[in-house]
Amino acid sequence: MTTTAQAERPAVRKSTPGAARGPRRRTGRVRRVGLPYLLLLPALLLELLVHLVPMVIGIVMSFKELTQFYIRDWGAAPWSALDNYRVSVDFDAPVGEALLHSFLVTIAFTLLSVGLCWLIGTAAAVFMQDTFRGRGLLRALFLVPYALPVYAAVITWVFMFQHDNGLVNHVLHDQLGLTDKPSFWLIGDNSFIALLTVSVWKGWPFAFLIVMAGLQNIPGELYEAAALDGAGVWQRIRRITLPSLRPVNQVLVLVLFLWTFNDFNTPFVLFGRTAPEAADLISVHIYQASFVTWNFGTGSAMSVLLLLFLLLVTGGYLALTSRGRRRAS
Amino acid sequence: MRSIRAAAAGAVTLSLALAATACGGGSATGGGSNDSPKTLTYWASNQGAGIEVDKKVLQPELDKFEKQTGIKVKLEVVPWSDLLNRILTATTSGQGPDVLNIGNTWSASLQATGALLPWDAENFGKIGGRDRFVDSALGSTGAEGKDPAAVPLYSMSYALYYNKKLFADAGISKPPATWDELVADGKKLSKDGKWALGMEGSNPSENIHHAFVFAKQHGADFFTADGKADFTGDGTVAAVKQYVDLMAKDKVIAPGNAEYAQNQSVSDFAKGKTAMLLWQSASANLESQGMSKDDYGIAPVPVRSGTPGTGKQVNSMVAGINLAVFKNTDNSDGAAKFVKFMTSDAEQKILNKAYSTIPPVKSAQTDAAFATPANTVLKDTLAKSAVALPQVADESQFETAVGTAVKSLFADAAAGRPVTTGSVKAALEKAQQQMPAA
Repeated sequence: MTTTAQAERPAVRKSTPGAARGPRRRTGRVRRVGLPYLLLLPALLLELLVHLVPMVIGIVMSFKELTQFYIRDWGAAPWSALDNYRVSVDFDAPVGEALLHSFLVTIAFTLLSVGLCWLIGTAAAVFMQDTFRGRGLLRALFLVPYALPVYAAVITWVFMFQHDNGLVNHVLHDQLGLTDKPSFWLIGDNSFIALLTVSVWKGWPFAFLIVMAGLQNIPGELYEAAALDGAGVWQRIRRITLPSLRPVNQVLVLVLFLWTFNDFNTPFVLFGRTAPEAADLISVHIYQASFVTWNFGTGSAMSVLLLLFLLLVTGGYLALTSRGRRRAS
Repeated sequence: MRSIRAAAAGAVTLSLALAATACGGGSATGGGSNDSPKTLTYWASNQGAGIEVDKKVLQPELDKFEKQTGIKVKLEVVPWSDLLNRILTATTSGQGPDVLNIGNTWSASLQATGALLPWDAENFGKIGGRDRFVDSALGSTGAEGKDPAAVPLYSMSYALYYNKKLFADAGISKPPATWDELVADGKKLSKDGKWALGMEGSNPSENIHHAFVFAKQHGADFFTADGKADFTGDGTVAAVKQYVDLMAKDKVIAPGNAEYAQNQSVSDFAKGKTAMLLWQSASANLESQGMSKDDYGIAPVPVRSGTPGTGKQVNSMVAGINLAVFKNTDNSDGAAKFVKFMTSDAEQKILNKAYSTIPPVKSAQTDAAFATPANTVLKDTLAKSAVALPQVADESQFETAVGTAVKSLFADAAAGRPVTTGSVKAALEKAQQQMPAA
C-alpha cells in the first residue's frame, strides 16, 4: 500500500530537494519487506514438496480406481468419483464394517494409552521433584524406553509375549500361578492388552519428560506459601501443581493423542502384516487395505477420512482449550 | 548483499527440489534399453537359513558370470516378508532391479501390473526354449493363455518330514500315508511334552498352501472356472475345518504353534520337540540347525485315501521361485544373458543342490544328487500330484485373505474356543468379502 501511495504523488516528490533519495528508499523498503519471504522460501518449498504435494497426490488417488492393474502408471487409473469413500463408510458392507471396527478399537486403545501414559508420567515427574539419592540415575532409567529404537524395543516385547518361552507367561503362570494355563498374547483377544502394554511402556517417558520440564517452571515460593498456610501434599498437587501444568498438559495430551492414534510401528512389529481383530489399529488396517489387498484407491480414501477426523478433533480441542485459556487470563 | 545471498540460496534449493521431483517421478513408460550394459541389479529371495548363507551361495556364481560376460551383478538378498512390498514399490516408482526372484504363486498378480517382461517365444529362444522346463513349474509362471511373466528357477513341493527315532520310540514302523493314519499315529506321538505335528499358524502363506491342498483333496476349489472367488463351498469349508481340526479336535499340533510365523516349527522339529513337519525343502535348514540327514525321513504328504496322484489325491501345491526381468531394465541384453546363465544346466545343478530344491530344468534333474530317496519324493510329487495355486490376478489378496482367516481359526483353536463348520464358514465368508470385486 505504501508504494502505491508514493506513486500517486510523483509531482510533489520531484519538487522536494530530497527527491533523489526516493527510489533508493523504495528499493530499501522492497528489500526489507521482501527479505523475510525470500528467506522463508526454501522452507516453504520443502514443506510443499514433503507434505503438500504427497497429500494432494493422496487425495487425487482416493478418487481413482487404483489396483494392481494400474499401479505402474497410476495416472491412467479410471476415475471412480466417490466410490472409494462410499465403500469405506458403508458400515453394513464388509469393508466399511471392518473400518468402523478398527476405528472403534483405535479410539479405545488411544484413550486408554494416552490416559495411562499421562497418569504414569505425571506421577513419576511429581515423585522425582524432591531431591534424593540416585534421582539422576532413576531419571535416566525412566527415559530408556523413549531412547530405544522402536523396532528393537517392540521385538523384545514380542519375545516376552511368546506363548511357550515368553517371560510374561513364565512370570504370570509359572512363578506367580495367576493363570491356570499359559495365555496367548500375540493372537486372539489378549492382543489388545499386549498392544496397550507396549504402547504405554513406550509412551509414558515422553509424558514424564514434558511434565518434569513444566514442573521446573513453577516458582518454589508458591509451595512455600502454601506450606505456611498449612496445605498438605495432596492439596499442593491439586491447587498448585496441576493448575500450573495446564498449558503444558494441553499440548502434551494433544501430541500423545495424535502419535498414539497414528502409531504404526508398534502394532506392525508386534503382529506383522495382519493384526488380530482385537488389536486391529486403523493405521495397520489402512496399510492392509493398500498394500496387502492392493486397493490403493480405497486405502487413500480411508487415509483422507482419517485425516479429516484428526483435523476435526485437533481443531475442536484447540478451540476448546484456547477458549478456556482466554477466560482464565 | 544479504538478499542476494538469500536469493542464491533459494535458487539452489529450488533447483535441487526440482531435480529431486524429476528423479522421484520415475517414468513408468517404455520397455527396456541397453543404456548400462556393464551392470545388473539382482534381488534374490531369501532361500537359505539366513541372508548371509544366500550371499555365500550366490556370490561365487555371480563372479563366474562376471568372468564370462564382463557384466557385474549387484546382489541384494531380500527377506520374504519384505519381498512383495519391495517389488510393488519398485513397480510404482520404476526404480527397481533388473532381474529379481518372485514367489511363483505371485506370478499372475505381478503379471497384471504389466511391470514384468513377458516371456514370449522370442525371449524364451534367448535362453534355450520353453521345452527345457518341467510342465508343472511352467504352470505357475502367469495366467493361462498369456505369455509367462517369469521363468522357473527353483522348484519345491511339500513333503512329510518325520523324526525316525521318535517314530521308533512310539512303535510306529512307517510314516502315515493318509490323514486318518496321521491322526492315529499323532495320538501315540503327542505325549511327554512332545507333539506329533508342527505348523505355522500365524503365517498366512503357509496356511493358504495347506488349505488349498486340503480343498483339492475334497474336490473343491477357491475359485470358479471363470476366476471368481468362491470360498464358502461345502468342500472348501470341510477342507479348512479338517486342517484346523488337527489342532482343535485331533490335538496332534501344539496350541503354541498357532502364533508361529518365523519358522519356529522347523526349529522345533530339528530339536526333536515335534515328530512331523509338512514343509517344502527343509533339508538345508534342518542341517544348519544341527539335525543329521539320517535322523529324519521324507514321505509324501498324506492324502484322504489311497496313493497320491492327480485329481483328488493332490498332496502339494507347486512351490518354487521364478526369475523375472523388469520391463524397464537398462540392460535388456545383459538381463537375458543372466537368466540364461541361471537356468543353464550347470548352474541349475549347483544352485538347486545348495538350496535342496529340485531343478525345474529337465536336463538338470538327471544329476545323481536329485535321485536320492528324499529328492525322489519331491520330484515325484512335482511330476504327479502337485497342482499350481490359482493363477488369477487377485492371487496375492486371496493368499492374505484366506491365510488370515485360517490364522484366526487357529487362534480360536489355541484358546480352546470351538471350531465348528459354522465358524469356519463365517471366517471364509469374511475373507471372500475382502476380495476386490472383479
